[in-house]
Amino acid sequence: MTYVVRRFLLLVVTLIFISVITFLVFQILPGDPVRTMLGPDADEAQVETLKQQLGLDQPGHVQYLHLVEGFFQGDMGDSIRFSRPVTGLIMERLPITLSLAVISLIIVILVTIPLGIFSAKREKKWSDFFLSSFTQLGMAVPTFFVGMVLILFIGMSFQFFTTGGYVPWSESITGAIGSLILPALTIALPQIAISFRYVRNAILEQSKLDYVRTARGKGVSEAIVIYKHVLRNSLIPVVTVFGLILAEVIAGTIVVEQVFSLPGIGRLLITAVSYRDFPVVQGIVLYIALVVVVINFIVDILYAVLDPRIRLKS
Amino acid sequence: MKRKKINLNLLVGCFVLLFFLVTMVVSFFYTPYDVNAIAVSNKLQAPSSAHWFGTDPFGRDILSRIMAGTQTAFFVGSVVTLIGVVFGTLIGGFAGYVGGWLDEIIMRAIDALMAFPGIILAIMIVAVFGTGTLNTAIALGILATPGIARIARSGFIQNKQLEYVSAAKSIGVHPLKIIFREILPNIYSPLIVAASVAFAIALLAEASLSYLGLGVQPPDPSLGRMLKESQEYLTTSPWFTLAPGITITLLVLGFYMLSNGIRDLTDHRSK
Repeated sequence: MTYVVRRFLLLVVTLIFISVITFLVFQILPGDPVRTMLGPDADEAQVETLKQQLGLDQPGHVQYLHLVEGFFQGDMGDSIRFSRPVTGLIMERLPITLSLAVISLIIVILVTIPLGIFSAKREKKWSDFFLSSFTQLGMAVPTFFVGMVLILFIGMSFQFFTTGGYVPWSESITGAIGSLILPALTIALPQIAISFRYVRNAILEQSKLDYVRTARGKGVSEAIVIYKHVLRNSLIPVVTVFGLILAEVIAGTIVVEQVFSLPGIGRLLITAVSYRDFPVVQGIVLYIALVVVVINFIVDILYAVLDPRIRLKS
Repeated sequence: MKRKKINLNLLVGCFVLLFFLVTMVVSFFYTPYDVNAIAVSNKLQAPSSAHWFGTDPFGRDILSRIMAGTQTAFFVGSVVTLIGVVFGTLIGGFAGYVGGWLDEIIMRAIDALMAFPGIILAIMIVAVFGTGTLNTAIALGILATPGIARIARSGFIQNKQLEYVSAAKSIGVHPLKIIFREILPNIYSPLIVAASVAFAIALLAEASLSYLGLGVQPPDPSLGRMLKESQEYLTTSPWFTLAPGITITLLVLGFYMLSNGIRDLTDHRSK
């Protein structure tokens, strides 16, 4: 089996596993889910109608297959609270969450790589304790607290930043950036603290190898040594790190949308949970799972592109 | 030549945690003010000698509420870590010791769970079983299990090939006895490190869930929920946000430093 096929199979297995878990969790709901949704005042007829609507009167495996079928057709049923298709609700909010995640990732990459190179060059001067404290602080601080501190110290001092609510891209590009940049920074800062040390270590490890010494010995300029030789060969661990922080970035958007009152998927999820709007919760969880798993797959493929040895080994 | 390097992580981590542990124990017997005493005339006071961290919109003393909040934090953290270590060790130990296709299935399931953002699974579990302190702890405990299982598994795989295990097997020691009495004591140190990390993550996750309104509910005090309550007053009363926020950060930092300190210590020993 080739590498790509094996990775793809893993993707499928992961998706099946998560969909089964999601399905089962909503099956073992204590009490009757339909009654929970309708509240204590609902009568028998209402309960029966909703059950039929949700397909809950059918056996378990039929329900599961129905869920999977709907998932691929983009039909996850109707929201109970909004009485509208779940997929439509998610699509409306997707641009906000997506913009937020993409801007955060761009910030992380733009800061982490130069910072990693910079700190690797000062290997002796930056003590390990200082670096590890910085990383640990980034891991320890709650994302939403970072957001609140940024609002307090930056958002309030500059008119450019909107610290609550969202300005659509179609309305004003600078407005959209102004409303997204602080939340994106909020998500990015802890991730930068965590990931730049990986970049630093990858570069330090490569710089000690023979080919670097040879390049230096030939009189190649330092910039070319770092950017053309070392950085390229350090990309594997760097890609791994970005694969890992991606799940964190997506989780970050859920929380940070609350801090900055951005009407994205995170807010939809929280509202859905508080109103016990289970079709929406299920839909969001499954689509996020899809995104995360597909991105992990892409990262795996990137490995093979960056380093043929990985592809050939298996 | 320097004989011993000071383990700063362990030292600082232990100091920070000891400080909060003492604070938590003290809070059971004494807080400067009644945690829930409302005094509207006293609302949103700036920090002073009477109220070190100021007061909230109901005139409640923020320091007292933070002290009480550490109780919930330690409770949730302990339950999560306990669930994670017990089930993680059982599942990981079983997978690692038995091996074969069973191990393969368990590991794929663990990979799938770990690839997924934890907070979203936690939200899903809480959505189904309801909010509240114990439910939050159970949901987060389930999430902590796969990570610890993976560490336990690799410990078991390393150890089961060693001579002392084959020796025990050859004289007919019962497999369960080999797992618990022979191998388990040899993987204590990675498990302690993992438990300490799980505690830190649990504190963060509890704070996030409570901030979202899906975790600890009133009247149980929670640092995360204090932050949610403070948001409206962020610009007018920043101390209301900063005090609980910095407390959570320090508490979590303490556990991370402890885990790194223990790791350094045991790495050093094994050399």
